[in-house]
Amino acid sequence: MRFTGHMDLHRSLERALRRAGLPLAYSQGFTKRPKINLASALPLGVTAEAELADIWLDEAVAPGEALDRIRSAAPPGIRLDEVTEVPEDAPKLQGAIRSSDFTVTLLEPLPDLDERIAGILAAGPLPRVRRDKPYDLRPLILDLKRLDDDETGHQRLLMTLLTQEAATGRADEVVEELGGSPLAIRVHRVRIHLTSQPANQQTSKP
Amino acid sequence: MTPSEIESRLERILPRVQKPGRYTGGELNQVVKDWDGVETTVAMAFPDIYDLGMSNLGMMILYDLVNKRADALAERVYSPWLDMEAELREAGIPLYSLETKHAIRDFDILAVSLPYETLYTNTLNLLDLAGIPLFSDERSPDDPLVIAGGHAAFNPEPMAPFIDAFVIGEGEEVMIEIVEVHQAWKKSGEPREGLWHRLAHLWGVYVPALYEAHYHADGTFDRIEKRAEHAQLPIVKRIVSQLPPPVTNFIVPYIDVSHNRIPIEIMRGCTRGCRFCHAGMITRPVRERTVEEVCEAIEKALEATGFEEVGLLSLSSSDYTHVVELVKAVGERFADRVLSISLPSLRIESLSVDLMDALKDQRRSGFTLAPEAATERMREIINKPVSSEQLLETAREIYSRGYTHIKLYFMMGHPSETMEDIDAIIDLCKAVLKVGREQIGGRAKLTAGVSTFVPKPHTPFQWVPCDDLDTIYEKQEHLKRHMRGKGLKLNWNNPKETMLEAALSRGDRRLAEVVYRAWQKGCKFDAWYEGFRYDLWLEAYEEAGLAPDFYTHRPRPLDEVFPWEHLSTTLKKKFLTEDYLWSLAGRTRIDCRNQCFACGILPVFSQLRKDTPGEHWQCPEIKSRRVTVVDGDGTYMPQAVKEHRALLQIE
Repeated sequence: MRFTGHMDLHRSLERALRRAGLPLAYSQGFTKRPKINLASALPLGVTAEAELADIWLDEAVAPGEALDRIRSAAPPGIRLDEVTEVPEDAPKLQGAIRSSDFTVTLLEPLPDLDERIAGILAAGPLPRVRRDKPYDLRPLILDLKRLDDDETGHQRLLMTLLTQEAATGRADEVVEELGGSPLAIRVHRVRIHLTSQPANQQTSKP
Repeated sequence: MTPSEIESRLERILPRVQKPGRYTGGELNQVVKDWDGVETTVAMAFPDIYDLGMSNLGMMILYDLVNKRADALAERVYSPWLDMEAELREAGIPLYSLETKHAIRDFDILAVSLPYETLYTNTLNLLDLAGIPLFSDERSPDDPLVIAGGHAAFNPEPMAPFIDAFVIGEGEEVMIEIVEVHQAWKKSGEPREGLWHRLAHLWGVYVPALYEAHYHADGTFDRIEKRAEHAQLPIVKRIVSQLPPPVTNFIVPYIDVSHNRIPIEIMRGCTRGCRFCHAGMITRPVRERTVEEVCEAIEKALEATGFEEVGLLSLSSSDYTHVVELVKAVGERFADRVLSISLPSLRIESLSVDLMDALKDQRRSGFTLAPEAATERMREIINKPVSSEQLLETAREIYSRGYTHIKLYFMMGHPSETMEDIDAIIDLCKAVLKVGREQIGGRAKLTAGVSTFVPKPHTPFQWVPCDDLDTIYEKQEHLKRHMRGKGLKLNWNNPKETMLEAALSRGDRRLAEVVYRAWQKGCKFDAWYEGFRYDLWLEAYEEAGLAPDFYTHRPRPLDEVFPWEHLSTTLKKKFLTEDYLWSLAGRTRIDCRNQCFACGILPVFSQLRKDTPGEHWQCPEIKSRRVTVVDGDGTYMPQAVKEHRALLQIE
């Protein structure tokens, strides 16, 4: 599940909802697809425990019943936490998202980690290049702190990164900026922050 | 290496490879059993990447069957793509199963799917990545039993030294028998050869090490010699008398794969007798499932998977007896769902208006038709008689209903083909597109897929020389030059890949050395642009002292003994010879549902036919009395199979 891309996660969710037998609303057009919006694409290799999605149904189903049905149909690796009914004119999730909290486990130890963190937080611009485009990483980092090491002694970080269109911070890039290897990490999204907390959420845990 | 060691090393390399989801398993409906709670562990391998292997129905059938047994488990493995292979080797991770990450070498049985020849080097690579000795006579009792089956196994000789046992024919029953034989052998404490001897008793199982091949001085095949008293000769293919209930709890991949849908086999075998068609010859007789059984299976599979598309599969869907009824029943039963139903392999002349209307589903934008040849003369030679007028009429029907795209499949290189036949392909495609223009104007599109004919063993064209490279290039250039214009598209195959396939399909046991050397030089993924290296193959031929032309272009005399004849499809050589001669005379055969041509199937399987009467089996009913015998070792085998063995005995 961790290596399921955004589009593939979308399809996995569609199939789960079809198995659940919910009266899904479909988009019109040549290829009909269920109307589902995931709040924010999860980078490949990142796990999460509080993703948000909007799902449109043709007929009302009690949230509790919908939750039960989706839970029993969910594939391994996706757990449903909560289903809430939202008004149809509620703002779209994708526009309402502001930032995300990630916990990062370093599989290779970084010496002087606290100093490195302090260095980043105190830094001015942190110019980088992503897909041939220059950008400044520093404003994308809203918060960065150290957590207790995990039970096997791996160092851990908690970072809050901006998650907006054209302004999304990536945990692996922060680790690289710290001097660590972006490949020797485990990244886990623990929370999505919305600009104004809307009522609509249906939460799943990939 | 233990599963947890493999898993922890994997964590480091997966983020570095393309599509890591190919290597993780964990999908919905995968079967995970207690490793220590079963007697027999089977690794099922498809020697190409996950994206292709996941749509292999044969493997899913056997996976399901083995996992249904309480005392056995089956797990999957596919070939890692080039980047992942490099990472695995670098990190010292042996090839492992997706379900529990056990090393493949720790399984009791490794069962390899071999549907086509360009997977041979990948099979060697798979064994090597697993740390299993490549040659069957170098394996110890601790190594897995390596078995293989699939359409290519009907001439397995180029792979003979690498595989302990081949399954010739259908695997549904014999897979379980192999598991049982393995269990008995494990308890016996016999050496590895003991397992070979036990397997050699099973109907449809070929243990190549128990046979020796002899050749004439000119390199042609002389005969196969048994090296054990009880080894079968010939080895008669395995079939099931009735198709078992279809698999419905398909694994649902997280990542996108080819044919990402529910596959339901509606019918096995084909009665048309196209002379080039390997599948049509080796999968006889025709056995159909009922409409009700198919509908039930779709229902169950939808509930189990949530897929949005169903493929109703067979070699010739419009020949399914109740095809109109089936399409209507499916349409009605699933009317309230958003669902695509595809019915591939429709015949041109029977693609009825009714069927098209019933099929009209949301995703379809066109139809694929396979005339295979562009002139009526050539279609008579290959025994796919349909008039060009009929084709144009069907095309008109399709375009007029608003479908914009028609794909036409052709083969070039049929026997007696000239450049005029190639011109005819161009003319026919343009004529079809013109029909489309008349109906829907500039939106009409036509794609011509022109592949090169590869003569296949066990078919009436097994004697035919394949076109040589220069001729293929010349014909392709001609097509590319003239098949141009708005709305027209041409696809073709790499001629060198055709040459490789042509040599391996009608190869003998000596080619194993070429396969081995080619693999040593780095050949793998021969069906992929990224992997195929014909220059290395040519070096391998050279070093082995063999010439590819001997296998591809040499005209074979009618009385030549072929290196695959000891593997019997039950089609009589006399029947194939006659059909070949008829083809040279431009004589066709009608659909054999209307008239039995005594190909040889029925006498051999008369008892099975008698045991399962009814219209589901398209061969005529059997009235006469036959006796079924049970061998001393308990193997069920129709009397006629024994007689047939005597009949085909090569002295």
